[in-house]
Amino acid sequence: MKKKRTAYLGMFLALALVCSYIESLLPFHFGIPGIKLGLANIVILLLLYYAGAKEAAFVSILRILLCGFLFGNLFSILYSLAGGILSFLCMALLKKTGIFHMVSISAAGGMAHNLGQIFVAAAVVENLNLFFYLPLLLSVGVITGILIGIAAQEILLRLPVDKN
Amino acid sequence: MAASCLRVLIMARRISKPDVLLIAALLLLGAAGLIFVNVWKGQEGSGVRITVDGAVYGVYDLSKEQTIPINVRGAVTNVLQTADGKAKMIQAECPDKLCVRQNAAYRKGETIVCLPNKVAVEITGGQEGTVDAVSQ
Repeated sequence: MKKKRTAYLGMFLALALVCSYIESLLPFHFGIPGIKLGLANIVILLLLYYAGAKEAAFVSILRILLCGFLFGNLFSILYSLAGGILSFLCMALLKKTGIFHMVSISAAGGMAHNLGQIFVAAAVVENLNLFFYLPLLLSVGVITGILIGIAAQEILLRLPVDKN
Repeated sequence: MAASCLRVLIMARRISKPDVLLIAALLLLGAAGLIFVNVWKGQEGSGVRITVDGAVYGVYDLSKEQTIPINVRGAVTNVLQTADGKAKMIQAECPDKLCVRQNAAYRKGETIVCLPNKVAVEITGGQEGTVDAVSQ
């Protein structure tokens, strides 16, 4: 049982890493740093529903660290961790209430992600003017979050129901 | 039309009323912020202030056409170009090059940031642009 779970989580981690890699290949630039689709969040959302909060948090943090070592640098890890942790807490809490679906949970997560990132960016460069971009980044976070939420929802509805 | 679409989605276990309310609230929050920021600092800036590690590196006039190499700890890490009241990062010594991909900044308060090098370029208004001789 335990071995099977480890294998499952490893597979989800690999899937999340592939999502990050695919995303880095997509030319999805709008002239404002911080805007991205967040494909890996599909995997984290699915884990949140399929395995549980602890497992999803574990895979999310491992993905950020591995992704940073593979494709990024220390700053991209710091940046992603702030966004990833805030977004995860937000999504896990909303899911716990039991009244929301993936679409709105993901939308709130996307917003929280960008909020976390901008706080780290402002702290690193010691410039509060970065908050000039906050409303734009939050709005975009909601929209990309909705898109990711729809995708994750459709996958979840097609996954077999049995849990391990 | 929208209402019947919503009803279908609710039936299909995709969305519920709390979801709609939450998403609407988030979008409203974002829109309110956008309006606030645009009303607050809509005017075009006249100067640009470069800071490295939080300390002021130099202040330049935006109306002048110039290429500014930014020297961080003994090496040129970024190059900023100013022309026609706009500032654009044209070169950066870092793997992701997010600041180079960013659009030219021209409105007061707009900021271009190179996170790995801790370089921040901020558009300023008013008289600050006139003291650029100091840093040239």
